[in-house]
Amino acid sequence: MEELYIISDHCIIRNNSVVSGGKKVFEYDRGGEPSFFTALYRHFDLNYPKFFKMDNLCKLGLLASEVLLREKNILRRYPGDQVGLILSNAASSIDTDRNYQISINDRTGYFPSPSVFVYTLANIVIGEISIRQKFLGESTFFIEEKFNPERLYTQVKLILDEGIISCCICGWVELDGDHYEAVLYLVEKSAPLADGIAIFEPEKLHEIFLQRI
Amino acid sequence: MQHKVVVTGIGIISAIGFDTKGVMDSLQAQRSGIGRLSLIDSVYKDEIPVAEIKATNDELLQIADPGITGNYSRTSLLGIIAARQAIAAARIDVSAPGRTGLISATTVGGMDRSEIFYRGYLSGSGKARLRDVVTHDCGDSTEKIADCTGIRDYITTINTACSSSANAIMVGARLIREGKLDRVVAGGTDALTLFTLNGFNSLMILDRNPCRPFDEDRNGLNLGEGSGFLVLESEEFACRENKNVLGVIKGYGNACDAYHQTASSPEGHGACLSMLKALEVAGLAPDAISYINAHGTGTKNNDLSEGVALETVFQAGIPHCSSTKSYTGHTLGAAGGIEAVLSIIALQHQWIYPNLNFARPMNELGFVPVTAFVTGIPVNCIMSNSFGFGGNNSTLIFSRY
Amino acid sequence: MEQLIDKLKHEIIGVLNLSEMTPADIDENAPLFIEGLGLDSIDALELIVLLEKNYGLKLGTAEEGKRVLHSVRSMAEFITSNKKG
Repeated sequence: MEELYIISDHCIIRNNSVVSGGKKVFEYDRGGEPSFFTALYRHFDLNYPKFFKMDNLCKLGLLASEVLLREKNILRRYPGDQVGLILSNAASSIDTDRNYQISINDRTGYFPSPSVFVYTLANIVIGEISIRQKFLGESTFFIEEKFNPERLYTQVKLILDEGIISCCICGWVELDGDHYEAVLYLVEKSAPLADGIAIFEPEKLHEIFLQRI
Repeated sequence: MQHKVVVTGIGIISAIGFDTKGVMDSLQAQRSGIGRLSLIDSVYKDEIPVAEIKATNDELLQIADPGITGNYSRTSLLGIIAARQAIAAARIDVSAPGRTGLISATTVGGMDRSEIFYRGYLSGSGKARLRDVVTHDCGDSTEKIADCTGIRDYITTINTACSSSANAIMVGARLIREGKLDRVVAGGTDALTLFTLNGFNSLMILDRNPCRPFDEDRNGLNLGEGSGFLVLESEEFACRENKNVLGVIKGYGNACDAYHQTASSPEGHGACLSMLKALEVAGLAPDAISYINAHGTGTKNNDLSEGVALETVFQAGIPHCSSTKSYTGHTLGAAGGIEAVLSIIALQHQWIYPNLNFARPMNELGFVPVTAFVTGIPVNCIMSNSFGFGGNNSTLIFSRY
Repeated sequence: MEQLIDKLKHEIIGVLNLSEMTPADIDENAPLFIEGLGLDSIDALELIVLLEKNYGLKLGTAEEGKRVLHSVRSMAEFITSNKKG
């Protein structure tokens, strides 16, 4: 019999709003902070100065993971190397690639920026989340044309089945200029019965992804 | 039911050879591919050695012979060449029954052409051609390889920095093991670009001389380019078609270092975890490993971190170990794939590669890498490490069939 | 010198994205790395770029870098003693 896993929580960041477990928890007030990401950071009072050094893709991913994992104390339930991270997007790190390219465009006066260059890889967002949360488990970043729930389901299920991890943060973290969205799922082998939990299956991933907020 | 995953084909193009035979000749002759940058117009031409494939994009197009008109970045041409070699070596007919996947990895994607486009575009001269930017996405090279090889059942792209193609092989092996696919062409490709040359230079981790992995006086890495692919099949599938089996994917492991965006932790925590996981999946003790193809970039940070991790995992003594990046340079996203091909060659021919340019052991470590081209001793199990920025650490274990 | 120190503080906040800080929060005599501001290796590289871009000064070796980048004051002293003309 096939092993069933649980989506114990999820969060969506889209259209300048944040939804956690199906409830809206934040909406951007343009009259306040100039940046949606900074406004969200302050709203959740994150106290993590490294945030400001990150590129926008990492800020988005880190904030989404903070919303998903708040007050969950994941590391009390699982050792760090049992928590996996499987993320995907279509744009890779194009937003930062552009910024970095600008710093090397003028041959006579170019000053390649090391702090921008280190973010010109899609998977650094996994690194930043892992550093913050102290997750040491398996992680991969897939580049897909669009969110692919079947693919994500297969990849996460395989590593849960294999026993490599007991819990996985997975989903879609996409950013290109002003267009950004993040949908993250917390998938576990088992979870206490609570509102909003669901069976981990492609249809459910897709349904959550399409939620209007 | 879990399926044994075997390797039935290999393909490679790198600075030390345009195919498996060319690469083998260079390996035996201890001929490194590291030299002067000649095909890209960079201010660092005479300053920073690289492992460049001495062929223009037009020449690569002739070799790749994709058969489909289109726009091809250097990265995709290298990938097509290596993937096709692997498929031909494995005698794969993708139209025959069986579910075939392509898992390719790249970090640079079509950046070699995008950076030309962008410069022209920003100058406002009207000289920028849109066709130079349509190949930018990481997924483009994968799609081009899929189009040229006819693979349709499962196609995806992985980008996890320098562990990308090792992860592609791991994901491919897992899909076969669990019966989701019958065969997978897995590996990666990356081309040299001004983008990466300047980026790594700004991090001050490029050696102005040929790199010296694990040497006390090492001073950084040399960038390289190339592509390496394996054809993986389930054992039943391979036997059914009477394939020549080159090796087995015995184990694999991936872990996060969770320390810094680009530097590795001093105790090599993530590296230890990935090696231990791979051994666990393989069901092997450390003393079963005959040879370690290390990540060994030649940077102060990696080689110390990896060295400490090796000493932690191999407490009874580190087996023969070397980095082949002193031959091929650091090929970034393609490194895992290229080094997987070198590992399979080593298993087939019972070779152990020298760690070129080595002179002085590191003060902090007890081990000394292999410095001669070794033959005549049994090589049954090879461990290959690939550690990427973002703390993404991967280890593969290959064994004889 | 004090004007240069103040200018440097603004520049450091800018290039290192220390948007939570003001110049008043930075003690020019405190170490920049490990303790004090707790900057890391990538920050060090950005400061090397800053010295070259804004002041035309190139650092020769890692050892020289360690000395020059010890504190805001050591950076200011390096700039003052190396400024051409």
